[in-house]
Amino acid sequence: MEAPIRATEFLRFTLLSLLFFVCRSSPSHDLLISNAERRIDLTSHIVKVYLTLKVENAGSTPTSEILLAFPPTQVDHLATVEALVTKGKRKKTTLARLDVKPTELPDAPNGTKYFTIYLANPLNSGESTTLEVLYLFTHSLEPFPAEIGQSESQLVYYRDSALILSPYHIKQQTTFLKTPSTKVESFTSMEPTNRAGTEMKYGPYEDRPPYSFSPILIHFENNSPFPVVEELVREVEISHWGNLQVTEHYTLVHGGARHKGVFSRVDYQSRPNLNGVSSLRYLLARLPPRVHSVYYRDEIGNISSSHLRTDSRKSELEIEPRYPLFGGWKATFVIGYGLPLQDFLFESSDDRRYLNFTFGCPLLDTVVDKLTVKVVLPEGSKDPSAVVPFTVEQHLETKYSYLDVVGRTVVVMEKKNLVPVHNSPFQVYYTFKPIFMLAEPLMLASAFFLFFVASVAYLHIDLSIRK
Amino acid sequence: MAAPESSAAAVPTLYTNNALRNAFGGVLAFFILLLIGVMAFSIRLFSVIKYESVIHEFDPYFNYRVTQFLAKNGIYEFWNWFDDRTWYPLGRVIGGTVYPGLTLTAGTIWWLLNSLNIPLSVETVCVFTAPIFSAFASWATYLLTKEVKGTGAGLTAAALLAMVPSYISRSVAGSYDNEAVAIFALIFTFYLYIKTLNTGSLFYATLNSIAYFYMVCSWGGYTFIINLIPMHVLLCIVTGRFSSRLYIAYAPLVVLGTLLAALVPVVGFNAVMTSEHFASFLVFIILHVVAFVYYIKGILTPKMFKVAVTLVVSVGLAVCCAVIAVLVALVASSPTKGWSGRSLSLLDPTYASKYIPIIASVSEHQPPTWPSYFMDINVLAFLVPAGIIACFSPLSDASSFVVLYIATSVYFSGVMVRLMLVFAPAACITSGIALSQAFDVFTRSIKFQLPGIASNTEVDAAETSSSTAEAQNDVVKAEKSEETSKNRPSKKSKKKEKEEKPLTKAKAEKKRLLALPLDSSVISLLLLILLGALYVVHCVWAAAEAYSAPSIVLTSRSHDGLHVFDDFREAYAWLRHNTDVDDKVASWWDYGYQTTAMANRTVIVDNNTWNNTHIATVGTAMSSPEKAAWEIFHSLDVKYVLVVFGGLVGYPSDDINKFLWMVRIGGGVFPHIKEPDYLRDGQYRIDSQATPTMLNCLMYKLSYYRFVETDGKAFDRVRQTEIGKKYFKLTHFEEVFTTHHWMVRIYKLKPPKNRIRGKTKKSKSKTSTTSSRAKRSGTGKKNPWN
Repeated sequence: MEAPIRATEFLRFTLLSLLFFVCRSSPSHDLLISNAERRIDLTSHIVKVYLTLKVENAGSTPTSEILLAFPPTQVDHLATVEALVTKGKRKKTTLARLDVKPTELPDAPNGTKYFTIYLANPLNSGESTTLEVLYLFTHSLEPFPAEIGQSESQLVYYRDSALILSPYHIKQQTTFLKTPSTKVESFTSMEPTNRAGTEMKYGPYEDRPPYSFSPILIHFENNSPFPVVEELVREVEISHWGNLQVTEHYTLVHGGARHKGVFSRVDYQSRPNLNGVSSLRYLLARLPPRVHSVYYRDEIGNISSSHLRTDSRKSELEIEPRYPLFGGWKATFVIGYGLPLQDFLFESSDDRRYLNFTFGCPLLDTVVDKLTVKVVLPEGSKDPSAVVPFTVEQHLETKYSYLDVVGRTVVVMEKKNLVPVHNSPFQVYYTFKPIFMLAEPLMLASAFFLFFVASVAYLHIDLSIRK
Repeated sequence: MAAPESSAAAVPTLYTNNALRNAFGGVLAFFILLLIGVMAFSIRLFSVIKYESVIHEFDPYFNYRVTQFLAKNGIYEFWNWFDDRTWYPLGRVIGGTVYPGLTLTAGTIWWLLNSLNIPLSVETVCVFTAPIFSAFASWATYLLTKEVKGTGAGLTAAALLAMVPSYISRSVAGSYDNEAVAIFALIFTFYLYIKTLNTGSLFYATLNSIAYFYMVCSWGGYTFIINLIPMHVLLCIVTGRFSSRLYIAYAPLVVLGTLLAALVPVVGFNAVMTSEHFASFLVFIILHVVAFVYYIKGILTPKMFKVAVTLVVSVGLAVCCAVIAVLVALVASSPTKGWSGRSLSLLDPTYASKYIPIIASVSEHQPPTWPSYFMDINVLAFLVPAGIIACFSPLSDASSFVVLYIATSVYFSGVMVRLMLVFAPAACITSGIALSQAFDVFTRSIKFQLPGIASNTEVDAAETSSSTAEAQNDVVKAEKSEETSKNRPSKKSKKKEKEEKPLTKAKAEKKRLLALPLDSSVISLLLLILLGALYVVHCVWAAAEAYSAPSIVLTSRSHDGLHVFDDFREAYAWLRHNTDVDDKVASWWDYGYQTTAMANRTVIVDNNTWNNTHIATVGTAMSSPEKAAWEIFHSLDVKYVLVVFGGLVGYPSDDINKFLWMVRIGGGVFPHIKEPDYLRDGQYRIDSQATPTMLNCLMYKLSYYRFVETDGKAFDRVRQTEIGKKYFKLTHFEEVFTTHHWMVRIYKLKPPKNRIRGKTKKSKSKTSTTSSRAKRSGTGKKNPWN
């Protein structure tokens, strides 16, 4: 009810501020974007944006930094930004990854946030280059109506700007939006706007000044479930006896439109295509190959509805929550499995050992709000250091497990707002002397030995007072 | 499998005079005991292997929850724990109303393991507590039977107890209930009592009180001990077996034991105030009188003694009469004559069904059927009489205790199926004695028949040892109080044996004549081994098939493989994650413990059943029509109602089958609920012949709501009939969750309608709000931009 009103106000406000910015800001950079094409994929609950920019250096000095601008509302949901540059001529183009870092600019209008792309070779004046930028948003589809019944389908709002927010002048730009189905309730029109099938086209728009912004709102059907892991704790325990034990604690929630009122099993079972279409029935976890002793349980015991398929390259674990998850419903569960150590533990050149394991969540198509990866190193290992391809919060802990005396060092890494793109390998380096492996067996053996000695001594000592 | 046979085989070796063979026998006995312990533990793991490591059934969930609390908050918080998650709005003082033995035991194990940095979860510890204590119980049985009839009988009895189905049924892995540790405590207390009786050692008497204390901590069944031991003491006195050892065995137990028992909050002053304990005090007095009389007899001349007796008896009688009169008056002034309902239903088996439906409604409080005896103790039922006979030849203090134990426990098991558990150890002990004696006789006969195998000296050795029964008989005759001499090789008995050596030699000739023929003893031996094998097969079958189901997960085998029904946990998990943490859930009391433990939601009633009125309120609500039920539940602040329905998959112990108990218990307190209203011609039915009251009650409606849409006919697979009323709507409840197989259905109470003051006002305001809402929503739908 109130959302459209707010949206209108927001629109007015931004238009005003836009005018203000247009008047005020002069192009502080000499770069300009000659052509921009943006493709927004709205088919799942993770919004994927592919941006192709043709950047031209119209100034006189070479520059190697290109800015990307995001409105503050979007930057909170921004999970990742990647930039690629196309090299070579027409026939054999190769893509090279570029560094992208968040940047603060002092005169950012209206709280705009920036990311800087660092080019490998500076862009000389008059030259141009083509950049491929991919960024992902989570939690950017707002269900409307926010509460739906069992038989209703899920409709969502997507808010963005028809014009690409950029600190540079854009000569020509086009935006394509792809919706999951042809069912679109409404969309903001900004001529020229076309809609054909599941695709919508905004543009082309010519010659837009920097910080041009034109809010659009699309109301469409998205019946895919929105699996959101609110919190995931992955514990990777290294045992030098040959096993890598992984335990993953999930708090899963369906992030779509909240379920309202009745849940009728008879409707759900007899008409699965009409009822609860957006409910979360099962999840697929992609686990490493040669996985063994997999379990899937929660705090009240084993959950029997899971299937494991293994082949030589990957293992797939299909899990069903205890009950189908409707919007807003929660479930917690634990997945645990063992892996052969030689697949993941290697020795580096400087005589250290390192674990090479995948960061991120093994469930497909899920958003993880908060991920904690704990790597439990064997007792007696020293100098741990983690190498992660993106920024994470790190600290060390100590954990006491089976018969530990000094405790095991735990490398804890925390990151917020993850998407499957983050499932990239990370390394934890440490030094470990193999002699420590024998500590616990020796301890047990000596305990038994002492016990027997004590028994023998007891049998040979006469403690009676009277003879 | 081989344990009973091997233990029996070990019997002759243990009795040799040869030191090396003696040592070998000791080591063998030790390893046999170790294997028995392993077997007792591992036979109970079928539930973990076939299902999973999970807590079973109903009461164990409560114990598990208490243990979790204990592990998390420590012992002091535990004693003061007021649980507001149950019996809403009354709550329950857990620390003061629970037998803490089991939870403290498991909590201590957990704490010990964790302080050794072995990170086992509380659940794992709880699951495996019962199997561990079964191993302890079989060792305690060994000790007890050894005190009664020697090592051979002890090993046999321990092996039998390790796998007796009756005990397995209560102690499989996951069956985390009081009985799991209480049976061990029971047997161990009896062992220490017999040990004290045999040795007269105050050390064992003190240990006995402590064991009794542990038993009081663990289980309400401790009253069995505190009544059985006085009975035995009385029996000893009456049969002229009074001795100072008897005094030492009993007096410290009563004094220390009662003091210790009073320390347990749930017992408290009950240890001196209720009738269950009076027998022990009475016998305590009698024992002192008898001891005094013996003392006087020792210092007075016979003539003087006679005078004193007449004097004391006349005065004593008068005092006794007065005391008894006061006691009777005190007891009679209390409404239940000082006995708790469960104890009364033990004495009068018809008591519960007459007066307390809530006790009668529990299936484990029903009397058992004959097949259940065979199921639970199998061949032991045939061996018990033989064991009793063996106990009488010769009758010692210890063996008379066993006879008394089995006699009383047979009676109690006949009253309540639950007390089969107390009967099982007694049956194992007597059967162990019987088997061991039979093996003894047959192997001895074979030895005599085969002189070629056994050398002459060995025959002698075997003779002296195996004729201990005979020798013991003589010993007992010679000195009545001294028995089971071979177990305690005191100087006296050793001397005696030496003296009797020529006597036994002479007897050997007689024995040779008494020995059974070779072929018949071999055949009998084989038959006995076959019997033992049958027992083992039955026990393994019972452990694997009959008693391992955790009852929260059901499985069925069909042609396309194993099918799992995990509906209970599905519903509890749903409640746990998708309702507000303070919501109240009403269900029949059976599911109370599980709801609090698994769903972590507040319940109205649970399996503790301490407040009959509260349960009757829920029963009344379930048997009332929808509106009345809604009012009752609403007054209790209930948000969700949970019913268990087995009609779709054929799960027989569902709420419809329990419904008559709800009516009875509800009707017992609220007379407007009448059982005949729910019965057609005395028959309980839910088909088209059912009474309108039945078809309109809440339980019927919640169970069968929209059931007809599953198959079009609404065929109930449990009752094997089509239901009476197929199409109806719910006006005050709405379905919020139904599990996959419809076994649990959860309904939400609809919120009360807004109170409306005046008619005109109402219509006005209604139209205005609706129109404005329509307007807004209309615009919103069309264009969210304006």
